[in-house]
Amino acid sequence: MTELTIKERMAIQRTTMPEQDPVERAQNFKEVNQGLPLEWAIQEAKRCLGCKKRPCVDGCPVNVHIPEFLDKLAEGDVAGAATILRVDNALPATTGRVCPQEMQCEGKCVRGKKGQPVAIGWLERFVADWAAENMEPDKAPAEQTGFRVAVIGSGPGGLTAAGELARAGHGVHVFEALHDTGGVLRYGIPEFRLPKRIVDQEVENLRSLGVEIECDVIVGRTLTLSEIRDDFDAVFVANGAGLPMFLNVPGENLKGVYSANEYLTRTNLMGAWTGDVTGTPIFRGRRVVVFGGGNVAMDSVRTAKRLGAERAIIAYRRGKEEMPARVEEVHHAEEEGIEFHLLVAPLEILEDDKGWVRAVRLQKMELGEPDASGRRRPVAVPGSEFELECDAVVVALGTVANPLLTNAEPDLKLDKWGNIIADESQATSLDGVFAGGDIVRGGATVILAMGDGKCAAQSIDEYLKGKTPKAAA
Amino acid sequence: MFKVISNEEIAPQLHRMVIEAPRIAKARKPGQFAIVRLRPGAERIPLTIADDDPVAGTITLIIQAVGYSTQEIVATKAGEYIQNIAGPLGMPTEIENWGKVICVGGGAGAAVLYPLAKALAQAGNELITIIGGRSAEYVILFDELAAFSKEAIATTEDGSMGEKGFVTGPLKRILDESTTKPHAVYAVGPVPMMRAVSELTRPYGVKTIVSLNPIMIDGTGMCGGCRVTVGGEVKFACVDGPEFDGHQVDYDELFARQNAYQELDEHGCRLDSVKV
Ligand SMILES: Cc1cc2nc3c(=O)[nH]c(=O)nc-3n(C[C@H](O)[C@H](O)[C@H](O)COP(=O)(O)OP(=O)(O)OC[C@H]3O[C@@H](n4cnc5c(N)ncnc54)[C@H](O)[C@@H]3O)c2cc1C
Ligand SMILES: Cc1cc2nc3c(=O)[nH]c(=O)nc-3n(C[C@H](O)[C@H](O)[C@H](O)COP(=O)(O)OP(=O)(O)OC[C@H]3O[C@@H](n4cnc5c(N)ncnc54)[C@H](O)[C@@H]3O)c2cc1C
Ligand code: FES
Repeated sequence: MTELTIKERMAIQRTTMPEQDPVERAQNFKEVNQGLPLEWAIQEAKRCLGCKKRPCVDGCPVNVHIPEFLDKLAEGDVAGAATILRVDNALPATTGRVCPQEMQCEGKCVRGKKGQPVAIGWLERFVADWAAENMEPDKAPAEQTGFRVAVIGSGPGGLTAAGELARAGHGVHVFEALHDTGGVLRYGIPEFRLPKRIVDQEVENLRSLGVEIECDVIVGRTLTLSEIRDDFDAVFVANGAGLPMFLNVPGENLKGVYSANEYLTRTNLMGAWTGDVTGTPIFRGRRVVVFGGGNVAMDSVRTAKRLGAERAIIAYRRGKEEMPARVEEVHHAEEEGIEFHLLVAPLEILEDDKGWVRAVRLQKMELGEPDASGRRRPVAVPGSEFELECDAVVVALGTVANPLLTNAEPDLKLDKWGNIIADESQATSLDGVFAGGDIVRGGATVILAMGDGKCAAQSIDEYLKGKTPKAAA
Repeated sequence: MFKVISNEEIAPQLHRMVIEAPRIAKARKPGQFAIVRLRPGAERIPLTIADDDPVAGTITLIIQAVGYSTQEIVATKAGEYIQNIAGPLGMPTEIENWGKVICVGGGAGAAVLYPLAKALAQAGNELITIIGGRSAEYVILFDELAAFSKEAIATTEDGSMGEKGFVTGPLKRILDESTTKPHAVYAVGPVPMMRAVSELTRPYGVKTIVSLNPIMIDGTGMCGGCRVTVGGEVKFACVDGPEFDGHQVDYDELFARQNAYQELDEHGCRLDSVKV
């Protein structure tokens, strides 16, 4: 502990985050948050009271040793802070940017009871960015076990497991369906929220640990899980939940209607925002309506604005309080001039005489009794239908499990939503096959996928003990 | 990286490329396609896998250069590399010895038809093949298809090869004249052709299978860009298809969606869209 009294700590105000100006940033894809200067970060870390109960640690899905890393940071020992952070969190530069901190660590912070919680997310990001620039990445251990483990999917779940397994001395081979790595971190979350150099760096670190990454392999099509099981000593499946849901209203297949996955993939993965005419095109609507209230909807609507929409509108069937998006994203969206039409549900997408979207027909809703999720259920207000003119629609309702991999594997047990069933050690019904992330949880979060990847790596390490590597047999 | 083994122009703007892709060569079944991305920054282009050689570890693509991306792909020489090829994608064709089948191809659709026809013939089916094109030089793969067909007919709009007119001419004649009803008609080509064939066969009650080619991105069911309406239900052509019951397809929608990007200016904008 640095020598500061509780009172002195309490007197420090929460730092602000330097940001790009809202008007300017709504026209570019550069990161909104610019990162804290060192002095600000140290000062913010000093706000931590080091309380006995450590509710922040309980609030973190992977139980990062938060007070310890903050203490090191407060002392100015950033490398020490980074070392502690790394123990529990394989992708801190990412989670520092995309975790819903207000519902996790910061939501539990005692300082938030009377005032503002410690900015744990921003400090995590600071320490991780510093470490990326100033510290050497891990090297593969000299002693290799001779086991080979396959990892399916290179999203946060797969990347984390790959790193942990490589550090344990196993040979790791990642199979990725797309032409590039990162999963949602690459094709979903936009550059202005998570710069792709961060994903590139994580992947680079894995390569320097000796992890082999093979893109363009669609497990279930190019190779089956059974074939992989024959060749490898264990498998971790983290293929995400990539199948987009639609509204099921008339007009959904008109020109100008996109799933958020398509809209964001065209923009992020395929680089449509660069305007390269030889690459993948995207329709740049002038007035874009996005259905949904989660992170995916915020990412889509803010992308629409950056692609030049004069009006970019969120249409959500509940109220602002009920929106599942990160609070910071909603706040940033508002600053950028995103319009919010709350308590409206889509009835129909209307077409012009050329088959393009002309408007959406909406119905007003009001909030009734709480539903199973505890959020108040929206109920239609009779006679309240109205039209909202627009030329593009993005449907951001969430995603479900993609059956491409699992269909080919009848013995792999699934739940009724098609998610893979895994126990607390991430083991599935197939011997030596572990699974985690969105394919097990349904659409969840980066930190949970990462936690699963780490847990699975430990379980696989356990599982392999006492076995003989297939390659040696 | 995937090495191009050979690349020959077999008709104007039509290339046959043999490419090293051992995993795909081994897994591929007739009716499936691959997604080709030539270089970083290039589009992902769906192309049917026309043939494979699992021993050599190669696949064959037959590509008609219709636009920027396909032109760039066919310009890749033997010995050069293609950045990404993912596959096989889509459902394989259901191949059995059905007896008698008619295969109809229009334009570059003949390239998509070729592997199905070959597999159907190898399974013992009796094939009648009809290939259409604007003029003789657009009738592609005719000899290759004729080699395993009992009867092969070409049609051209200008009469420069085979019968003058459209593929529906000989198809109607065959349906009218044949004593045994064919088990199925397989039709692959431009949307108006597949629609015309489906409308023609409907009153005869002949099962008609079409292979749809909507715009695709990932080819794995992730984006929904390839959605088509079949029998009133939304399907993803890349995972549920690309083959569907031709009598159930919403061709207007397919045609509109296929051409969406042709209607945008180079900024991706529509000049006639809403005033803000
Ligand atoms: C637009 C968007 C914004 C989001 N924002 C946030 C946020 O702010 N904070 C947050 O915590 N979470 C957010 N999420 C959710 C979060 O991204 C996911 O929960 C997380 O990425 C899941 O990780 P994963 O490793 O399980 O899967 P994914 O990230 O989905 O990665 C799966 C990988 O597997 C590959 N794959 C799929 N099928 C196969 C196959 N058959 N063979 C081989 N490879 C395959 C995929 O191509 C992909 O690369 C967001 C999601 C989206 C879509
Ligand atoms: C499952 C599937 C299998 C296919 N197999 C083959 C094949 O074996 N050989 C072959 O030559 N072509 C095949 N195609 C069509 C091929 O993908 C398109 O020709 C290609 O995407 C056009 O890209 P481009 O940039 O060269 O042309 P663009 O400049 O994008 O377009 C040129 C013209 O092609 C049309 N077009 C654009 N995209 C498509 C598309 N996805 N399908 C059809 N027309 C399109 C446009 O409307 C336009 O008229 C297949 C398509 C699908 C979906
Ligand atoms: S191409 Fe993306 S879902 Fe079919």
